[in-house]
Amino acid sequence: MSTLTRAEFLADEAHRQVEGQEHEHHHDTGENTIFGFWIYLMTDCLLFASVFATYAVLYMNTAGGVSGKDIFDLKYVGVETAALLFSSITYGFAMISAYRQNRPATMSWLLVTFALGAIFIGMEINEFHHLILEGNGPNRSAFLSSFFALVGMHGLHVTAGLIWMVVMMLEVLKRGLGQQTVTRLNCLSLFWHFLDIVWVCVFTVVYLMGVAS
Amino acid sequence: MSLLGKLTLDAIPYHEPIIMVTLAIVGIAGVAVALAITKFKKWGVLWRDWITSVDHKRLGVMYIILAMIMLIRGFSDAIMMRTQLAMATSGAEGYLPPEHYDQIFTAHGVIMIMFMAMPFMIGLMNIALPLQIGARDVAFPFLNNLSFWLAAGGAILINLSLGLGEFAKTGWLAYPPLSETSFSPGVGVDYYIWALQISGIGTLLTGVNFLVTVFKMRAPGMKLMQMPIFTWTCTWANILIVASFPILTAVLGLLTLDRYLDFHFFTNEAGGNAMMYINLFWAWGHPEVYILILPAFGIFSEVISTFTGKRLFGYNSMVWASGAISILGFIVWLHHFFTMGASANVNAFFGVMTMIIAVPTGVKLFNWLFTMYRGRLRLAVPVLWTLGFMVTFTIGGMTGVLLAVPGADYVLHNSLFLIAHFHNTIIGGAVFGYLAGFAYWFPKAMGFHLNERLGKAAFWCWQIGFYVAFMPLYVLGFLGMTRRLNHTNNPDWNIWLYIACIGAFIIMIGIVLQFIQLYLAFRDREQNRDLTGDPWNGHTLEWSTASPPQFYNFAELPDVHDIDAFTDMKEKGIAYSRPHRYEPIHMPRNTAAGVLIAAAITAFGFAAVWHIGWLALAGLVGSVAFLIQRAYDNDVDYYVQPDEIAQVESQHINKVEEATA
Amino acid sequence: MLVRSLKSAALTSAVFALAGCQGGVLDPKGQVGVDEKYLIIISTLLMLLVVIPVIVMTLYFAWKYREGRNEVYAPKWAHSSKIETIVWLVPITIILILGVITWRSTHALDPYKPLAEKSDALTVEVVSLNWKWLFIYPEQGIASVNELVIPTDVPVQFKITSESTMNSFFIPQLGSQIYSMAGMQTKLHLIANEPGTYEGFSANYSGAGFTGMKFETRATDNKGFDQWVASIKQDSPMLDDVRYGQLAQPSENHPVEYFGSVSDGLFHQIINKYMQNYNDWNTHSPHSSGESELSDMSDHSDMPEMSNTEATSSEHSAAQPAVTDVEGA
Repeated sequence: MSTLTRAEFLADEAHRQVEGQEHEHHHDTGENTIFGFWIYLMTDCLLFASVFATYAVLYMNTAGGVSGKDIFDLKYVGVETAALLFSSITYGFAMISAYRQNRPATMSWLLVTFALGAIFIGMEINEFHHLILEGNGPNRSAFLSSFFALVGMHGLHVTAGLIWMVVMMLEVLKRGLGQQTVTRLNCLSLFWHFLDIVWVCVFTVVYLMGVAS
Repeated sequence: MSLLGKLTLDAIPYHEPIIMVTLAIVGIAGVAVALAITKFKKWGVLWRDWITSVDHKRLGVMYIILAMIMLIRGFSDAIMMRTQLAMATSGAEGYLPPEHYDQIFTAHGVIMIMFMAMPFMIGLMNIALPLQIGARDVAFPFLNNLSFWLAAGGAILINLSLGLGEFAKTGWLAYPPLSETSFSPGVGVDYYIWALQISGIGTLLTGVNFLVTVFKMRAPGMKLMQMPIFTWTCTWANILIVASFPILTAVLGLLTLDRYLDFHFFTNEAGGNAMMYINLFWAWGHPEVYILILPAFGIFSEVISTFTGKRLFGYNSMVWASGAISILGFIVWLHHFFTMGASANVNAFFGVMTMIIAVPTGVKLFNWLFTMYRGRLRLAVPVLWTLGFMVTFTIGGMTGVLLAVPGADYVLHNSLFLIAHFHNTIIGGAVFGYLAGFAYWFPKAMGFHLNERLGKAAFWCWQIGFYVAFMPLYVLGFLGMTRRLNHTNNPDWNIWLYIACIGAFIIMIGIVLQFIQLYLAFRDREQNRDLTGDPWNGHTLEWSTASPPQFYNFAELPDVHDIDAFTDMKEKGIAYSRPHRYEPIHMPRNTAAGVLIAAAITAFGFAAVWHIGWLALAGLVGSVAFLIQRAYDNDVDYYVQPDEIAQVESQHINKVEEATA
Repeated sequence: MLVRSLKSAALTSAVFALAGCQGGVLDPKGQVGVDEKYLIIISTLLMLLVVIPVIVMTLYFAWKYREGRNEVYAPKWAHSSKIETIVWLVPITIILILGVITWRSTHALDPYKPLAEKSDALTVEVVSLNWKWLFIYPEQGIASVNELVIPTDVPVQFKITSESTMNSFFIPQLGSQIYSMAGMQTKLHLIANEPGTYEGFSANYSGAGFTGMKFETRATDNKGFDQWVASIKQDSPMLDDVRYGQLAQPSENHPVEYFGSVSDGLFHQIINKYMQNYNDWNTHSPHSSGESELSDMSDHSDMPEMSNTEATSSEHSAAQPAVTDVEGA
């Protein structure tokens, strides 16, 4: 659902931004978009908080099945985490290039970011696949349900972010770096960094604390 | 799996005469409306000016139409329940078997909260709020249209459940494990999930949209502490929406995973924990009741100060009292289940926190009282609703505080006392408020007046009907009658059940009168035009526009120096002034994107209910595709030229001068 | 005016009706219920101190300052520190008093708190099934369905769980109710001080047969209770796993049934069936043994108490001291 929410913003932002681009005296429209997007991110944050709370309540309910330390491979997840963290940095470079109106650099940094994001998602799907094959799917226990839901929800967000990134790359390619496009890149940037922060929490609460307990 | 998933012809409840007759009536009415639209050649107008409209005033009107349609549905459920309980006494079975009755009380709750009260509240907010802050529209007009169609999509899903399949038989809270597949294998809970989820996302977007509007688009000079009080209470409500609806999204999502993918969040088996659902649900559900009531408080404040011809007493207190209610509303959710076995410390803490909410609420009541003090109160229809509210809501508040005492709740929990209490606050608070707002802003939104006599008659029916219908429920609660019983066998209860049933019929007369009032108002609209745009001698900016307001709201953005901005302008003699020249006004174009996206999402919801894979995929892909198409649509706005503005404005000002001369 | 007269008419009739009524929460037959009744009355009176003036003032002000009367008119008067202080202080005072009452009464009426009575407590294990109630008397070794018999003036400790959906165990004339939930145990302490028959039922909707989920509570003297137990022991079948399996099948308006003996540990077996497996919890947590009930509850202060741990390991160690306390008192 959050995919849609974000995407709706995208569309509306498009609408406002067209104004901003064509008629400079409507100076506040891009600002409104960013402000609205911030509020949206807060709601998304609460969505994650609710699922985090559920995980915290259910993580010990293993129903006789595996617990966190039986299935988490910190090295593997470490690589995954590194990919996502680096993608935040590379997105930062993409934004710097966009502000400098450097189209090729923006495109390449976006591509690098996309690749890192795709690695992250690929590794996550692989992890899920293995767990399910070993009989540790989400229907095994409440712990695994909440694990799959929390990590999976973050994964869905990242996937949506990747689709958005593809759309943005096409936009940069076709339309260049107009004010509207930069505002949109800015929103995606907020979204991407937000997902990074959420992942840091997931990594700490689910994986690190899961292995430690 | 067939092409239609689980959907077969058996899903139509042929064996239920009540439902089939209802469907026939709805069908005939639908065909009649469609024929009428065709005959008067209104399809084009309907599509261009309404369905695709991004104008907050029109969306507001559509929200209220949706609320009224759903009020008819929800109230039919109420009448059926009351007649069932009046008939099924002393061991009789009544005419509604549990199979049907259990769906009715679930639908009644969901519809009245999510599809009657919420659209009514959001509709009034849409009509009045941007005008009150001197804005030309909301921050994201297209998003506003999408929000409305998402709400409508949810409503459509819930109504489809009447003729295709069934609705949830779980109560409107859908507590697991009862709502899990093992105890509710049918499609009822799935309808519940998707109807709530889709409309809930619409509401969430509305919250974001109006927060940006309020914080970024106020008229020049308007400080936050100069916003009209209705705008303030709506803002608190929007903060609550933004902070609580994600929890609903999450909890419904988790229940969805349980039901569709065999997860174990709330099941009895494999370590699920149903208490988590109950906690999360109420972490949304309690703020939700404040989302409903706070804007109503704002309406009462506006009405009282307008019709006494006075400034609102204690504006600052009012703003901060609303804020205190909002914040406290988030830390009291546990009072919905004191009987779940929490420790005495926990129960006592949540009980005391709940009571503290009575303090700011009490302050509000006193402030309304002192607004009347030394005023000149005109007893118009909105004022009657307000006075009715002040008396009724006080009683509801008292019983609410009583229920917040855990020791009392241990014997009153889930009894009809509780039912009486929340109807006392939701009808006597929120609904009375919306009906006051309806009568108050109707001339503004439509350009003509309602019928005053019928309005008063409707009020008295509601008011008397309310007491006759719900006071007996307090008594029944003390007599030990619990909620959601299908039939009873206790001779002491009978008389109270009969009285309550009579009360429901009195309220029905009130509703019918309200609709007759609307009909008469439309019939006699030419005689009852509101020419000045300021029928009540209003204080705030919405009354400075024409009725109905110009599509661009304000030819020039007003300069605000006072809480009662329009009164200030009238006193300074600068109201209705004709500027020398107008600037072009930038306006958004109407768009079909909102209704298309919402239709795709609704199709997805329907497909999910019936497990129709291809349709679900088509709905999902369709919604994203429409969205991307919208994002790259360049023809989204236009300019209103000064000539046109000058023409519209001088027409309005001429009318005002004629009327006041 | 009509409003007010209607209201007072409703209230008066309600008071009369309730005063003469049989049954219900205002006609309590046990100490817990009596305390709760007075709590309701005191809280209501306290609130009426504000509620009545507000209602009277509303109608009086509306009448006095209506249009057409030449009362003082002050359109710009919108602030008075004196009035604002009073309107904040009045509700605060009332709520302060009510808050203290709430805090104390909640602790005094805590359903988990054993009743300090001189006689021995009776333990009844309660299971809600679709859609009937099963009462197991572990000390007597018998069980009954949809009928609860208890001796008067003896505190009863109910241990409550559910086989299926959530219900609420409630006998209005004896006082408090508490939810029954699968895989968990909740507790309730009640006492009947007068012999009689009291209606009991589920106060939380649980599906199609919910309306018929009723049981009679008969409170008799000790002799009557012993006779009842003896008669059941004599000629009733045994409640074993097979018989319980049949009982767990959904049924509506289930007739009263008796069982002369019960297979060992049936109640715990029912809880364990749906237990959320805390495999880490049970080995590493301090809760695993010997914890007193009170600390167990306060540790779950953010969530309603889940007695699973108690149900497996600390059940007996925790419950036993409570009973001995009563004996020692």
